Amino acid sequence: MLKYKYNPIILMVSRVVSPFIMLFALYVIFHGHYSPGGGFQGGTLLAASLLLIRLAAGSEIAQLQFRSVLGTPLGSLGVLIYFGAGFTALLFGGQFLNYGFLPVAGLTAAELRSLGILMVEIGVGLAVMAILVAIYDDLLEGYQDD
Amino acid sequence: MKAVNHLLLIFFGALLIYASLGLPNRGDSEAVMHREKSPAGSPGASSYYIRNAYKDAQTPNMVTVILADYRGYDTLGEETVILTAGLICYLILRRNGTSSRRREETGEEGADAQI
Amino acid sequence: MIDFILGHYVYWAIIALLIIGLYGMIFKNNLAKKLIGMTIFQVAIIMFYVASASKWAATVPVLDTALGAAEAAKYISPLQHCLMLTAIVVGVATSGVAFALVISIFRTYKTLTESVLLERMKSS
Repeated sequence: MLKYKYNPIILMVSRVVSPFIMLFALYVIFHGHYSPGGGFQGGTLLAASLLLIRLAAGSEIAQLQFRSVLGTPLGSLGVLIYFGAGFTALLFGGQFLNYGFLPVAGLTAAELRSLGILMVEIGVGLAVMAILVAIYDDLLEGYQDD
Repeated sequence: MKAVNHLLLIFFGALLIYASLGLPNRGDSEAVMHREKSPAGSPGASSYYIRNAYKDAQTPNMVTVILADYRGYDTLGEETVILTAGLICYLILRRNGTSSRRREETGEEGADAQI
Repeated sequence: MIDFILGHYVYWAIIALLIIGLYGMIFKNNLAKKLIGMTIFQVAIIMFYVASASKWAATVPVLDTALGAAEAAKYISPLQHCLMLTAIVVGVATSGVAFALVISIFRTYKTLTESVLLERMKSS
């Protein structure tokens, strides 16, 4: 079995590029209203920025960026945000997932729907990012790179 | 046995190509699924979404409006599927301390290991 | 005749990809290769839906202020794109679970070849 030697070029480039991928992923999530994009695409890009450091520098150093124990709880939080948006609409008089009844003052029904779509996309992006990184960490659990 | 499998695969491919001869031309604007009214009389789905997405949700991107507003329930179910897949991976692949140590002692290069 | 071929060659290419995926699932002995065949199959299905959504001389389904929302023939159909977004991510999750099962099988039986695996499952 070949021993993996850490390559300084790959390490340097990954460390520089990973924050920019994260920034672009946030842009894709928040501009899902105005251009092609949205929650799933941005969540996958966020997961790619975290997996880049995991592949380039090893799992132990990558714990400084995103700890592995945070994977599944953040995924549950994402689903909870989605469910919470729908449930809030139910509590304030409308049907489940009818964003026109969210309790934000001073906006018309169409603008409330826009706000509800934004909240839901944030929840979806968070869940997709956390679960993709968690699947990678689980598949690599018994592997030691020394 | 292998010959029958090959013939079945070729027959399935031919059946799919025969079925695709009945599809409308790609890009035809007059195809049945792109019309204003479906054959049953109800409004056609995609043209209704195109015409009413900005009016209902103040959002220019129609795909996001369909995904999160008109068909939001399906997106909730799909997110639950992702969460369940993550939990399944954790439950299948976790190891307690003793079993992982025992497996490292038997090693990966034993005589039985074939890939 | 030429119009017919120009309108349908996309579907035939996608059917060829589908047959390649099915070939990998049926005729290969290794479990990991079968999984790769399944992934190719899923990609072919997704491409079929997206290819059926196109319209000639139509633009992306994002509202353009110059075109307006009155004519539905100016934008390609957004419904298939929405369904396939879901399908892609579910495919990734399913592949993750499938590979977790393959790793678990390898840990227990120390092999991934199908014939050897069946013998070991019968004897143990």
